[in-house]
Amino acid sequence: MSTMSDRSTRLLLLASVFAIATCGLIYELIAGTLASYLLGDSVTQFSTVIGVYLFAMGIGSWLSKYVERNVLGTFIQTELFIGLIGGSSAAVLFLLFAQINSFRVLLYALVLIIGALVGLEIPLLLRILKDRLAFKDLVSKVFTFDYIGALLASLLFPLVLVPHLGLVRAGFLFGILNVLVGLVTVWLLREQVPWARGHAGTGFVILAVLLTGFAQSDRIMTWSEGATYSDPVIHARSSPYQRIILTRAGNDLRLYLNGNLQFSQRDEYRYHEALVHPGLARVPRRERVLVLGGGDGLAVREILKYPDVREVTLVDLDAQITNLFSTQELLVELNEGALRSPKVKVINQDAFIWLKQQTEKFDFIIADFPDPSNFSVGKLYTTAFYREVRRVLHPDGAVVIQSTSPYVARRSFWCVVHTLDASGFVTEPYHVYVPSFGEWGFVLAAPQSLAPVADLPPGLRFLTPETLAGLFRFPPDMGDVPTEVNRLNNQALVRMFEEEWKQYVH
Amino acid sequence: MNLPGITRRRFLGVATGAALLAGCSRRTTRVIPGEIVGPSRERGHRLRDGGFPAANTMERQGVVIVGGGIAGLAAARQLRKSGQEDFVLLELEDHTGGNSSHGANAVSAFPWGAHYVSLPPNDAREVIELYEELGLITGRDAAGRAIYDETALVADPAERLWVLGRWQEGLIPKVGASDADLREYTAFTAKMAEFKAARGRDGRRAFTIPVDRSSQDDAFTALDRMTMTQWLDAQGYRSERLRWYVDYACRDDFGGTRDQVSAWAGLHYFAARDGVASNAENDVVLTWPEGNGWLEKRLREPNADRIRAGLVAWNIEPAPDGGVRIDAFDFRRAQSIRFEARAAIVCVPRFVAHRLCAALRGRPAEPLEYGPWVVANLTLGERPGGRGFAPAWDNVFFDSRSLGYVNASHQRLDREVGPAVITWYSALCDGPAAAERAKAFDRTHADWCDLVLADLRRAHREIDETVRKIDVCVWGHGMIRPVPGLISGEARRRMAQPIGPIHFAHSDLSGLSIFEEAYTRGLLAASDVAEQLRPA
Repeated sequence: MSTMSDRSTRLLLLASVFAIATCGLIYELIAGTLASYLLGDSVTQFSTVIGVYLFAMGIGSWLSKYVERNVLGTFIQTELFIGLIGGSSAAVLFLLFAQINSFRVLLYALVLIIGALVGLEIPLLLRILKDRLAFKDLVSKVFTFDYIGALLASLLFPLVLVPHLGLVRAGFLFGILNVLVGLVTVWLLREQVPWARGHAGTGFVILAVLLTGFAQSDRIMTWSEGATYSDPVIHARSSPYQRIILTRAGNDLRLYLNGNLQFSQRDEYRYHEALVHPGLARVPRRERVLVLGGGDGLAVREILKYPDVREVTLVDLDAQITNLFSTQELLVELNEGALRSPKVKVINQDAFIWLKQQTEKFDFIIADFPDPSNFSVGKLYTTAFYREVRRVLHPDGAVVIQSTSPYVARRSFWCVVHTLDASGFVTEPYHVYVPSFGEWGFVLAAPQSLAPVADLPPGLRFLTPETLAGLFRFPPDMGDVPTEVNRLNNQALVRMFEEEWKQYVH
Repeated sequence: MNLPGITRRRFLGVATGAALLAGCSRRTTRVIPGEIVGPSRERGHRLRDGGFPAANTMERQGVVIVGGGIAGLAAARQLRKSGQEDFVLLELEDHTGGNSSHGANAVSAFPWGAHYVSLPPNDAREVIELYEELGLITGRDAAGRAIYDETALVADPAERLWVLGRWQEGLIPKVGASDADLREYTAFTAKMAEFKAARGRDGRRAFTIPVDRSSQDDAFTALDRMTMTQWLDAQGYRSERLRWYVDYACRDDFGGTRDQVSAWAGLHYFAARDGVASNAENDVVLTWPEGNGWLEKRLREPNADRIRAGLVAWNIEPAPDGGVRIDAFDFRRAQSIRFEARAAIVCVPRFVAHRLCAALRGRPAEPLEYGPWVVANLTLGERPGGRGFAPAWDNVFFDSRSLGYVNASHQRLDREVGPAVITWYSALCDGPAAAERAKAFDRTHADWCDLVLADLRRAHREIDETVRKIDVCVWGHGMIRPVPGLISGEARRRMAQPIGPIHFAHSDLSGLSIFEEAYTRGLLAASDVAEQLRPA
């Protein structure tokens, strides 16, 4: 071997120290960021990920002494595997987050493997280089490059990679870099490495996988649920009807159904006070109250503030929701144990079917369904449904309907009002500002006009007689517009709703 | 609703899909449970071949209704309403219903034949009255328009079409349509609106239901002397997409292609239905999970005590006393009974009436054509979705000879998750009726499963995994085909004439196999009979 090629080999190997150091730290940062992103509590996540990672590097270094023959081959293999595992770690963590029960096991297993492999690298490299450099030069150069690489990584990560590439793509990019180091090493030292072709072949296959991942990163991100929520996800389950996600950031608990925000702990009291009291405080009798939808128990919490309420029937399709909100500690705290109250009867059935079978009457009814974003939910906003509601309502009772945003979906909102008008109700539309939702609308509807006097319970945070009066006034940009009436056979509302929200979102 | 995130199933789908990419045959290898059901061919053949034993018991009845399809059930209902309580209805099968037969399983009720009715035009007085009595019409608005029971009106979305690899809303192919296509659609729609409003010199609507209340003006009846294709050619409609749509309509309603069906009938499909509703567009239909079985049940139940199922009338002849004599074979007891009645109402297809009635046996049979049909009910683990527009009630494939499928679970009021039953239809009209019929009867259950699944797979690649059961019904003589000359011809008028005390009622006599025709004919024949029998 000539001096020239020896020199270039030495340079290349040192350059690879630099690349390895950068890649290693990037994987560590990805794991730490992802863990705090998905699990919340970034101090704990970063601290434990870094700890486990460094410890795993120790394991790798210790294991390096068992590599006796073929040091070069093992080094190349290590490079290729770190490239594969480290490079795809972000994608794997994102994709599997919502699918597996023990996410932490997967996270720390990956951190352990990557850490151990990275820990193996430097000792092996030192041994490869030990005959080509004096010991003091060797140690000095390797560690210099190692620390420079670390600095580069720690600057690149927050300033370039996360904002411009995103975690998944950045992961793949560094995986590719890692594999390239391996491949270049194979090529340069092809005469000294046993099975050079085999290594090269493996390297190219892994490279192809990582390149595909890099190119498909956007698709992977749309598949992965972890990426859709801005706050750490603390609960993710699928029921037969919907995808249930709970997120928490600080003291803000949020519930999403099929990706749509249902409430935010910070301001849900505004929504639920406005949903329940403007109607319930005005009916002459409130012994029997019916809640359709609203499986989170937050409306029930408000209803139970009236001592004269004797029984509350809650009909929610999804048993997973009502179970969650009657057992999970944080949620029970939020709804003040409403679903556990002896006054409350929970029924898990489709509201339309259940309603059709009822013969007894109710004093007050709340319909708190998801927005009419598909034909299936749209049925619960039709004249056919409202006629069933009217049938089980006392003549001097009232019903309130959550009816989407009169600001964003003005026609949809007034369509609900007109559909209730067409179903034989006297309607009183109103709206409230809920910061996490924006302007939100409700329709109070009664078979005959309600008495104007509202008898609000004590202890409300938002509603007072003064704020209450303001809710019923609509500024011109949310005012009445003529619309079709929503029926089973035209689903006019679903079509309107889709059109209006599409314009707003895009 | 699309869920964010990848489901395990989808993920595995991607992986195995990639593995199978190398062009595997997609023929179903597993045996799919189910059976071939339908009208008893054995009993039908027994009727054709004869050899029934002579009657050894005798029963006296006021009126005997032969045949328990819609016409027969309507006749029974009308006799009772007219105070003629003394009657019996004989049905060859073990159940009534005819083309409105229906079934049910743990998942849903489903149709075996006709599955909807349109909003009746004002000319269909008898039908409107029926719908009022059944509570389908719940009242009238200030303008006098009928208010229909919202749950019986087809739920939105009603129709979608699979075209160019995705579902679009509605059945007129819009995806991939050229400007020329769109121009022809507009022209055709305008032309149909014109026909809808048109009246002949006799003041009657050009096309209406019942058929016999349509105008006799030659300007319109002349359309019965050409095929629908000839009419399209003559009018200069060249768009292949429009011609497909018209052909689909002919196959769907009449069991024949636009080359086989008369232009009058083809236009009747588009122009006769001008019924209005206060709470629906006028192109909306009424439907139920069990299809027209819903109507059949309500016609049957009040007269269930008069229905004798499993009894085939094999000879009907005038009696010397001016009444009528009906010999019928009871399949369960394996013996014949003679009914002596003052009148009979024969509510069976015309080709069957020819075998039963002594007076018709001598006459040459009318040259009637009957289209064979096949109907399959599939029980699926989950409701079929597919790329593009949301699942609808009627789901049709642009590039298929089938008529697509109707979702029996569509009218359910709850949120549709879990299993569903879909009803797949095909009018077998690509060859001569007799050959198509023979071919259909030769097919095994497995053959039909392959055929049906191959058709559905074009839009539902998951169908092989979700299908749990397929039952198939072959209708050898599914429905009368309104070939040129039938509607306006002499034969039809002759067929409807009573022969002494023997009256006839069946949609064959209208030339169109639809509920309204059968119902009105049954009702009118029974009114005539009741009138004649009323003591002076």
